[in-house]
Amino acid sequence: MAYSNKVLDHYTNPRNVGSLDKNSPEVGTGLVGAPECGDVMKLQIKVNPETNIIEDAKFKTFGCGSAIASSSLATEWVKGKTVDEALEIKNTEIVKELSLPPVKIHCSVLAEDAIRAAIGDWKQKQGQEKSAPVVQHANVVQPA
Amino acid sequence: MSADVMSGNGNVKLPIYMDNHATTRPDPRVVEEMMPYFNELFGNAASRNHEFGWVAEQATEQARERIAKLIGANTKEIIFTSGATESDNLAIKGAAEMYREKGNHIITQATEHKAVLDTCKRLEKYGFRVTYLPVQKDGRIDLDDLKRAMDDKTILVTIMTANNEIGVLQPIREIGAMCHERGVLFHTDAVQAVGKVPFNVIQDNVDIASISGHKIYGPKGVGALYVRRKNPRVQLVAQIDGGGHERGMRSGTLNVPSLVGLGKACAIANEEMAEEGKRLRGLRDRLREKIMGQLDEVYINGSMEHRLPNNLNISFAYVEGESLLMGINDIAVSSGSACTSATLEPSYVLKALGAGDDLAHSSIRFGLGRYNTEAEVDYVANRVVETVTRLRELSPLYEMAKEGIDLTKVHWAAEPTH
Repeated sequence: MAYSNKVLDHYTNPRNVGSLDKNSPEVGTGLVGAPECGDVMKLQIKVNPETNIIEDAKFKTFGCGSAIASSSLATEWVKGKTVDEALEIKNTEIVKELSLPPVKIHCSVLAEDAIRAAIGDWKQKQGQEKSAPVVQHANVVQPA
Repeated sequence: MSADVMSGNGNVKLPIYMDNHATTRPDPRVVEEMMPYFNELFGNAASRNHEFGWVAEQATEQARERIAKLIGANTKEIIFTSGATESDNLAIKGAAEMYREKGNHIITQATEHKAVLDTCKRLEKYGFRVTYLPVQKDGRIDLDDLKRAMDDKTILVTIMTANNEIGVLQPIREIGAMCHERGVLFHTDAVQAVGKVPFNVIQDNVDIASISGHKIYGPKGVGALYVRRKNPRVQLVAQIDGGGHERGMRSGTLNVPSLVGLGKACAIANEEMAEEGKRLRGLRDRLREKIMGQLDEVYINGSMEHRLPNNLNISFAYVEGESLLMGINDIAVSSGSACTSATLEPSYVLKALGAGDDLAHSSIRFGLGRYNTEAEVDYVANRVVETVTRLRELSPLYEMAKEGIDLTKVHWAAEPTH
């Protein structure tokens, strides 16, 4: 199984690696996947409160090359989009862009989930969603 | 694809092969020994009436002798197969069918090769009862568990000498002794052990043993099965019929060139095993020290004390195995990660150690071999350390761990459904 050039590129030169301040009201954080499954993605967005445009995005991923590439690509794609436009991103587009084989399609699904989880978190912070966010994301107990 | 690079004490040629539990490069001396049997000495070893056959038969007998000598057996006790998978099938199914009147209980353990586990699963469908013993954290079975599992219907115990993923050695001498006390047959898949560590069927109380050509610098497509003839005399029901070759236990024209190769590989192992074991242990320990000396949260899977000298299986916390392999793609090793398996299941061997799926996903297996050098070990150690460090910067788990978050207390969004 050889990796596609695009996947190798994102793996070797990942875009937007890092963290945003999760306590900022402008930041939405999505944490999806589970270590037991071998895939965990954290995707964060910083949204301009006036325009609803995603001005910055950062990711960190524990997972295979395709997972890293999918989440790196996701941060590239959400930047510059409005929150609603970002919700339109489909995993099938990620599969196509990275030429993911069938066995790696789930990596693209997780990346799509990560985008939605981040947006859901941001929306909750804006009070736009009283109920649970768009995608259930991890419940992290902060150290005392 | 290949390249030469400077590393420490010398040049290394890329890509580096460090996956010798998967397969080994045939020794040039083995290949040379095989060649005439592809050329002028092409006879069928079963042709009794002419020189072409006699020459082939002689070569076959010499190969048998060489294999027997390596394991402390008698020439008549060696039969040839197409490989260890077939040997395991013949041993287990052959014994089960032969001794069915005596009993229907078979004992094995959780970290066996699939050739043993899947064969046992099939026998369960035919009405045999199989006990799969668990292993302890170090990868070894508990002898008391084995004692308790044996009953008056037990006819066969099948436990491997050395594990292919973690290199751990089982206490086969004690297992064999326990079996003999109770009149139970003892089969061992000795594939990863033969030619690497001392293995003697008499001293180790073994009745049936599987051997593979391509794991000891011989060719692929050939293996052997040791079948004891005295104390006790073991009989097996053939799984392949047609001509009655190999004392009626395994029909089919012998693959003379390949079995000659297997014989030569065993002869070489007999001569060189002690020295080579020492050298590889030194290289393996060097690799381990360099990696563990430069990284934290790195865990060895399985006992270091009871282990093949050339094996290292390490989990790198917070880093997934396939992404690590991608980062060292000029080095051939393997991983217990689900992403590297065809079935997307993580390594069942590592699961059996109780490590937890996350550490199985983070594991790398290094299998050093005859052709690995110190310069290669240094290169590999550096690349591994460099790649793990880089991937930890990308890892949300590493970040959370550094913040003091207890990852075992996190309620993850995607609880595994399997």
